[in-house]
Amino acid sequence: MTFVGNLTLFVLSAFVGYEIITKIPTNLHTPLMSGANAISGITLLGSVVVAGSGSTTLATVLGFLAVVMATINVVGGYLVSHKMLDQFSQRGGS
Amino acid sequence: MTGVIGFLPESVLAFAYLIAGILFIQGLRDMTHPRTAIRGNKISSLGMAVAVGVTMLWFEILSPLVLLAALVVGTGVGTWLAITVETTEMPQLVGLFNGFGGGASALVAGAELIDLFNQEGAGALGADLTAAAAVAGIIGAITFWGSLVAAGKLHGVVNDSAVRYTGEQVVKAIVLLTALAGSAFLVVQPDLFGAAPLAGWIPAYWFIVAAASVLGVLLVIPIGGADMPVVVALLNSYSGLAAATTGFVLNNTALIIAGTLVGASGLILTVIMCNSMNRSLTNVLFGGWGEEAESEEMEDIYEGQIMSTSPEEVEMLLDTAQRVVIVPGYGMAVAQAQHAVAELADLLDENDVDVEFGIHPVAGRMPGHMNVLLAEADVSYERMRELEEVNPTFSQTDVVIVTGANDVVNPKANTDDSSPIAGMPVLNVSDARTVIVNKRSLSPGFSGIPNPLFAEDNTNMLFGDAKDSMQELVNQYEENH
Repeated sequence: MTFVGNLTLFVLSAFVGYEIITKIPTNLHTPLMSGANAISGITLLGSVVVAGSGSTTLATVLGFLAVVMATINVVGGYLVSHKMLDQFSQRGGS
Repeated sequence: MTGVIGFLPESVLAFAYLIAGILFIQGLRDMTHPRTAIRGNKISSLGMAVAVGVTMLWFEILSPLVLLAALVVGTGVGTWLAITVETTEMPQLVGLFNGFGGGASALVAGAELIDLFNQEGAGALGADLTAAAAVAGIIGAITFWGSLVAAGKLHGVVNDSAVRYTGEQVVKAIVLLTALAGSAFLVVQPDLFGAAPLAGWIPAYWFIVAAASVLGVLLVIPIGGADMPVVVALLNSYSGLAAATTGFVLNNTALIIAGTLVGASGLILTVIMCNSMNRSLTNVLFGGWGEEAESEEMEDIYEGQIMSTSPEEVEMLLDTAQRVVIVPGYGMAVAQAQHAVAELADLLDENDVDVEFGIHPVAGRMPGHMNVLLAEADVSYERMRELEEVNPTFSQTDVVIVTGANDVVNPKANTDDSSPIAGMPVLNVSDARTVIVNKRSLSPGFSGIPNPLFAEDNTNMLFGDAKDSMQELVNQYEENH
């Protein structure tokens, strides 16, 4: 894709993000933050795309540590959000 | 090198990214209401599973065994942290997770540089790849160390006051320039020593990471504990923007969409919090309040004006009240008083008193911190009112109970233009008939200024730890009803 194509995607995503996120109530800002945080774990993709397989021991060790950290971020982020949202929904709307 | 499904046409990968993007957006849309939010979180995590799963199978970053081991370890640690965390420790955990995300991107960028240098040999690396690596290294390292310091401050293991020194901004600028100079070196790769092997440039990457790590620590150390929510939200936004930047370099649509969404979310939360304090982002990051309250001024305001009360007296007030608003603050979180507060609200509700919670946007150490604590204690979110909603109702309120909050109910924000909190939107609790302020002492809040609310005629101070005081109040109320 061209730079302009990427830019189009960026700008449209920014508008969508702004529209949706400003509608999220304060009540849910903490779960939003930890959920968004989990989504940002997607940076790992970029690295996976660029890198081939770990051909040296050092690269393998670094890659291993990176995947561990990213997985903690993603799994932990979503679980913590779930835990908080669960508490909201239990008594919510009663 | 391609992975097990690498033989499929390229469009399959692009299509999977589109699906992931749709799932992320739908997931966030569902977060706009508490009833659907839990589904939204699941949809969003499904999007992540699609994006990561397909990419992992498509490209082969590590040998499958090592990859599996890393995923198992990461899932185990993440799950364990998420399950064992106390709700009061949530802010530091979110900060810590954010740091791990940054650390991961800095490490992988380094790993891929080493690999590429080894595979491709001299002159093979384009400026786009080295620039992407430099961006990932700088933002990743700042996010990692900045988040660690922020989490440390929130957890109380790092000095949470604003640590300031002369020449602070100059030091930070020099470290930043050092990191940028290292990046320029890595991208341009000038042949300083004649026919130097390209692998010789790898130390430049770790030099950048080291400089950015120092910068991450220096940036957050001077910021006080109560400003940590802004820092964590901003670092969250950075990691999103770093993902989007990488997506531009690699033409990866999943990265651009997801990164932009996270960037927007972090930025919006940052702006909301800054507006709620009437401070600019620059002031939060580089200025800070930090001024000490003048003790003389405190004596002038408080002397002979402070009325203290007891749980018995407060119970009598509540007995005749029609409408009660509870205003929680960070003190409630510290004392873990949310269950006692919720119990009090339930008791009042059972006795046909109209009870609501007035929640200031920056109360606590994280956006929505008070809401999460109260939800944990089974308070319905319909009882939690935002500042704009609750302020007009104070004049029809009989009793306001302020527990563990200070600056967010300081009338000086409205009356004193020279005050550091001038113009900050506050909860105008003194419009109510009676205000009960539950606090351990008269000490100032984070802004370091005294609070004239404590000296007002309709204010009574209920001195003591939030949990003990609220529990005592609950006991008194139960005895008489």
